[in-house]
Amino acid sequence: MRIRRGFVLAAAVLTSALVLAGCARDTGTTEPAGGGGTSGEQCARNPAPTGGAAAATPAPAQPNADGSGLKVGLAYDIGGRGDGSFNDAAAAGLEKAISDLGVAQGNVKELAAAANESEDAAATRLRQLVSEGYNPIIAVGFKYATALGVVAAEAPQVQFAIVDDSSVELPNVTPLIFAEEQGSFLVGAAAALKTTTCKIGFVGGVEQPLIQKFEAGYVQGAKAVAPDIEVDVKYLSPAGDFTGFNDPAKGQVVAGGELDGGADVIYHAAGASGQGVFQAVKAADKLAIGVDSDQYNVPAYADTKDIIMTSMLKRVDVAVFDYINAFAAGDTSTLPEVFDLKVDGVGYATSGGKVDDIAADLDAYKAAIISGSITVETTP
Amino acid sequence: MTRVRTVLLPPALAIVFAALLCAVALLISGDSPLTALRVMITQVGEGTTAIDILNSGAIYYIAGLAVAIGFQMKLFNIGIEGQYRLAACVAAIVGGALVLPPVLHTIVILLVAMVVGAAWAGIAALLKAFRGVSEVISTIMLNFLATGLIAFLIRPDSFGLLRGNNISTDPIEPSGQFPGVSFGSSGTLFGMVALAALLGLGYAFLLNRTRFGFELRASGESETAATAGGVNARRMTIIALLMSGAVAGLVGLPELLGRDFAYTLTSPQGYGFTGIAVALLGRNHPFGIALGALLWAFLDKSALALDNVGVPREIVLIMQGSVVLSVVIAYEIVRRYELAAEQRRVAAQLRAASATPAEEVRA
Repeated sequence: MRIRRGFVLAAAVLTSALVLAGCARDTGTTEPAGGGGTSGEQCARNPAPTGGAAAATPAPAQPNADGSGLKVGLAYDIGGRGDGSFNDAAAAGLEKAISDLGVAQGNVKELAAAANESEDAAATRLRQLVSEGYNPIIAVGFKYATALGVVAAEAPQVQFAIVDDSSVELPNVTPLIFAEEQGSFLVGAAAALKTTTCKIGFVGGVEQPLIQKFEAGYVQGAKAVAPDIEVDVKYLSPAGDFTGFNDPAKGQVVAGGELDGGADVIYHAAGASGQGVFQAVKAADKLAIGVDSDQYNVPAYADTKDIIMTSMLKRVDVAVFDYINAFAAGDTSTLPEVFDLKVDGVGYATSGGKVDDIAADLDAYKAAIISGSITVETTP
Repeated sequence: MTRVRTVLLPPALAIVFAALLCAVALLISGDSPLTALRVMITQVGEGTTAIDILNSGAIYYIAGLAVAIGFQMKLFNIGIEGQYRLAACVAAIVGGALVLPPVLHTIVILLVAMVVGAAWAGIAALLKAFRGVSEVISTIMLNFLATGLIAFLIRPDSFGLLRGNNISTDPIEPSGQFPGVSFGSSGTLFGMVALAALLGLGYAFLLNRTRFGFELRASGESETAATAGGVNARRMTIIALLMSGAVAGLVGLPELLGRDFAYTLTSPQGYGFTGIAVALLGRNHPFGIALGALLWAFLDKSALALDNVGVPREIVLIMQGSVVLSVVIAYEIVRRYELAAEQRRVAAQLRAASATPAEEVRA
């Protein structure tokens, strides 16, 4: 009985503590929001870097080669087509190869990974593509790295590409990697230029190195613009638990928490969970930043497009298309080592016109990154 | 004869029923069940599939045994998942850090995995034995804790290494690896498949030939009766869960010591839950679990082959789900039928027995 009374007491104390903490936090955040008119003083902003007129110099577009004889195999990451983000971007590159290079629709095979599958499943999937004569074969996602190392060594006559991984060192494997931190820097700068509360948020899908690159660039970009800015960083699931990429409900709750805490621009790098982030932002009538694809134009997000300020573009579609094109032309050495800002492998989207007023500043930062006067970190 | 019928008929019925259900689902979705069946059978001969089935089957078998040990005592250890993942992670870290002569290195890694698995299950065991906390709840919670703990352990600033965009532990040197049997282009059979078989034998021996096994089963049948018979129920609970956890600790090792040699972000998950289904399929019988594990592995690999020919691979999930469900139902139906048959037989014998003396009297 005494124990139970102790519990009740503890529960009561905890509850009231929570209530008090909640009140304290509310008053803390309404102040700067209320004084939004004078936020210029509270959120001092650095001027954009000058002198760097070096615009992006996209790799000279290779002429379209003839791909009509190619049999292209694609192995998607978990989710496959229809994830509205990463896999769909790869699919878009394939579609472009079909329409522009004349790759026959019937000569294309797309397979997708299942959740929680064992390593041998990834290898089997790649072997199936090899045994049916597909060449080149593109593996989408770093989860294929180990399996690809095995299968590519077994089939030296076949050319492979892998998105998001550069750890497989074989002559017939082409890595397609991106400087996500550079694109994230730009949207971080955009968020810092747009915020009125001097507080912005980040929602990452899974707390793993790849997504931490997005976080690192975003935070650095925001601090470059406004050194005093507060960035609320949250992840949906810990490393190794990939549910964070596919949990819109959790995304909505976490984004809602950041909004309640005073953030007014939220950037998500959370795959399909981003839908929940957009919904929370829409309900609070703030701004959100999309990821991977130009999410303003993704049909699945049409009902929340009015709050999507911009998107960090990770041009997996360009990389996939360029790779198929280069393979068809017979020379994959023309591909950039890293798809970064310089070759427009990453960037920010302008659809919707919400960043038109700050485009000059963003382009100045972009030029500074390209010229090397700003180096973007890859770890937070 | 009756025994064979009671044991073999239900799973056979269940598989036929599940196959029929899948055939209907395939017809509705516009695919040919015959194509699906043909692909599922022919895939076994292709590439490394046959070896992959055996390898995965061994993993599922160990997981199934871990679950079955708990089931014998009516303990529902849902925490196999967390126990094996944490054990594999810690074993990989220890194995990667140690420099030991061959064999000894491997044995140390195996022991570490068993101890970690047992310790993680031990938390649930102590909570159950001394606080009466349901092991179902505590092991589910411990699964989540294990996920968080693993994420912490393999961070690059803890014990992890950044490899591309993946994180991995220090690779285990060849001295710590468990050598497999290579079949050339058909793949490599994990050496731990043999260990899984030995575990199965040990489980059968423990259960049927030792006093401990008897006490375990007795406590499962009726705790009060077992206590009256001098069995310490609390001690049995703790030992059963510790053993279940120790076996669970081995689940991740065939892949760790036979193929991957390091624990990574993308190390597979879900074997613990597969183990529950496999133990249910096998009715906790060491041979039954083996068949269940192989069936499950075969179906898992079929998903890849079906996906490759454009048949929705979700059909495999339907098949797995309906097999488990129908096995449970089929055993119940057959049990009732046998019970009724037994009653009829006894009744008939009684009638015969009471009729005979009457005739004798008349004579």
